[in-house]
Amino acid sequence: MEQSLSHLRLLEAESIHILREVASEFERPVMLYSIGKDSSVMLRLAQKAFYPASIPFPLLHVDTGFKFREMIPFRDEAARAAGAELLVWRNEAAIAAGANPIALDTKRCCALLKTQALLDALRHHNFDAAFGGARRDEEKSRAKERIYSFRDGAGQWDPKNQRPELWNIYNSRVHPNESIRVFPLSNWTELDVWQYIHEERIPVVDLYFAKERLMYVRGEALLPIEQDFVALPGERPQRVLSRSRSLGCSPCTGAIRSCAVTIPEIIAELVGFRSSERAHRVIDHDQEGSMELKKREEYF
Amino acid sequence: MPMPATDLFSIDEFLRQERGKDLLRFSTAGSVDDGKSTLIGRLLYDTQSVCEDHLLAIEGKGTAGPGETDFALLTDGLRAEREQGITIDVAYRSFATARRKFILADTPGHEQYTRNMATGASTADAAVLLIDASKGVLRQSRRHAYIASLLRVQHILVAVNKMDLVGFSEEVFRAVESDFSRLLDRIAEDTGNPVLARFLPICALTGESIVHRSPQMPWYSGPSLLEALEELPSAECGDKDPFRFPVQRVLRPDAMFRGFAGQIASGRVRPGDAVTVLPSGYSASVERIVTFDGDLPEACVPLSVTLVLDRPLDIGRGHLLVTAGTGAVVTQRLQAALVWMDQRPLECNRRYLLKHASHTIPALVSKLEYRVEVDTLAHVPATALEMNGICVANLQLLRPIAADAYSANRTTGSFILIDPETNSTAAAGMIRATYPDTAVEDESVDAGPVTEHERSVRWGHYGGMLELTGPESVLFRIERDLFCAGLISQHNDRDDVFFRQHPSLLEALARRQAEAGLLALVVQCDDSEWVKIRIGGMEERCHTENSEAFAAPLDRLLRHSGILPDAPTGMA
Repeated sequence: MEQSLSHLRLLEAESIHILREVASEFERPVMLYSIGKDSSVMLRLAQKAFYPASIPFPLLHVDTGFKFREMIPFRDEAARAAGAELLVWRNEAAIAAGANPIALDTKRCCALLKTQALLDALRHHNFDAAFGGARRDEEKSRAKERIYSFRDGAGQWDPKNQRPELWNIYNSRVHPNESIRVFPLSNWTELDVWQYIHEERIPVVDLYFAKERLMYVRGEALLPIEQDFVALPGERPQRVLSRSRSLGCSPCTGAIRSCAVTIPEIIAELVGFRSSERAHRVIDHDQEGSMELKKREEYF
Repeated sequence: MPMPATDLFSIDEFLRQERGKDLLRFSTAGSVDDGKSTLIGRLLYDTQSVCEDHLLAIEGKGTAGPGETDFALLTDGLRAEREQGITIDVAYRSFATARRKFILADTPGHEQYTRNMATGASTADAAVLLIDASKGVLRQSRRHAYIASLLRVQHILVAVNKMDLVGFSEEVFRAVESDFSRLLDRIAEDTGNPVLARFLPICALTGESIVHRSPQMPWYSGPSLLEALEELPSAECGDKDPFRFPVQRVLRPDAMFRGFAGQIASGRVRPGDAVTVLPSGYSASVERIVTFDGDLPEACVPLSVTLVLDRPLDIGRGHLLVTAGTGAVVTQRLQAALVWMDQRPLECNRRYLLKHASHTIPALVSKLEYRVEVDTLAHVPATALEMNGICVANLQLLRPIAADAYSANRTTGSFILIDPETNSTAAAGMIRATYPDTAVEDESVDAGPVTEHERSVRWGHYGGMLELTGPESVLFRIERDLFCAGLISQHNDRDDVFFRQHPSLLEALARRQAEAGLLALVVQCDDSEWVKIRIGGMEERCHTENSEAFAAPLDRLLRHSGILPDAPTGMA
């Protein structure tokens, strides 16, 4: 037996404990599955938590219609391989009305296609607990998020009035219409996630690996060509060796120049990196503290 | 530009090194203005755990001069905090050195946030406590030290900060060291949890002795703060302690397999080990340790595993598996230290929900032994406890739990109290003593007959009569919802042979039950599509099609009739 357990084994044990607590104490939990690397890790942890039984809650993907094309088949295969039920929810009314980040600005687009869609989905299915893959190291306001994050009837988060969370004892009591978001990866860092993916050989979407891809180069930003991309006058796509560092909607997720084609290379790149992964998400720069504002209104 | 082609050999080496790192969780606490956020900002910055975009976002802001960086802004995440300039909540941060990964719980310094300090300390193996060298030991430093010791954080690094303001004087440092050491001894005596302290002179603002040793203090030959953090023994392992395994969930994928899922709270386990199931006391031996990655020959704290036993026993969530012969005490009476966390003060004999390991049990505080004046360590008689207060109290549980003293086991010795009306986390509890005697104690009760109010405080509601008519399955569901919401009810069926012969007795009996503070359910099953819910002259009807529809009208009636107080209950 090894001398002391590595940090990944400790984090894994903690996350599994959380997954089991929620599954045992809530009537209708659901796991928000966003297809990204954090969701992939969370899904594997759920398999581990309940093995040899199957995962006792469904996965929910909030599909904005703007996801990269190759993410969808990956999603379906991941759910199938894990033996989990997959639910997909789209704000069809807003999509039909042509909601997009260019016409609406990023904030209002997110509010309709992500925030509203998520709230509708949770209400429709009557879920009382939803797992999310957010980590405390992602963004400053997330550093103060609880593992069980309490939401009122309107799905809002009140950062000034959070329940104290001691030891590994979680208060799972909610009133009707209230719910919690649960973040089993709270204490993981981006590096931990990639190391775990590497050691556990967890499949991730190909977009994370460097490839020559057609991109619009706008200043520092690399913008992928996906559905409904609107080029500025005179802009021409170029082939750029690049990859995604985090996966959001295609119009709002810039790529980075990279030649990392394996997970160890991604990790090597990451250790040399000095900017946070969300820096390539257009969404966080609207105003200072914007992530906190979105979170209060329910965005994950 | 693309990264240069990476040297795969060095990556493998890096990954190997990463795999070998352990994890240390520590908390910080500091008074307002003693530079705690600056210190943490420094640790993050100097270990290169801050991203450039985060740095850019704060450059030139805060209280720093032009072109300088106010490191405190790296950690004060919430808008309210930026506006008020103070840290008000626990923030969790990660950073790593070549030797170790750290998770730090950064907690507020204000006295009114004692509860947040306790929260941060509850998961910490070590604490960094700041003292302003120019001010000496202040009230809040005492409070932080007390909380750390109470929560059994074994290692305290006392960082004597702002050494620049006292001319890097060894004399000042030694004076603080000797004052505070004496205080720590007295604190440890009061909490019963010994503290290992180490004192370090630093200056957070200039980074003196944070990461590197400082040339300014040649008289100090000890480690820098970061070196000291790296040298601390890793997470108190507890693998030599007796085996403790709270069962979280029973896994039954098919008729052949029955496994008990949980996280090992202390000790280690191997197939063949004899274990006792508490509170039932049955014995069994471990047959397999099952994980997704294959069966294990051995598992130790804090792994999450699934155990298969050699015989079929009635085991479920809330049970505790322990090494045979090292039994935790099965008890309904506890003495515990409480840190009160709720706006609404602690009330003796009021009903709370006690969550311990993997189960939740109604409980009440039968008596406050004393309140602790943290400033003087005096024990003061008390009958109530306000938010952020600390006391030692006796508790009475409605069902037995298997528990250890907190000094022996942080998992099986700790609990939280939940307010059943607001659902807020009302207190953190650390078990001091368990009394195996399950006799009801009556020391705190006044003389004379038990009053209606005393009963309502105990049960969390007043007595009353609730008539239900509808399909049996729906009525069972309603009764269960009431039960889950913590109402104490008595089931009376109109179709009972006895009541059919003596219908007037049913009324009389239900009235007596209501007078005793119970919710008397008078139930009439039929096959209709409607459920009738009736209290006194008020009636609500719900269609049975929507099984979620009963909660709201039921809640309304219970409140209008005065059975429940006005605040909502946890009826699901």
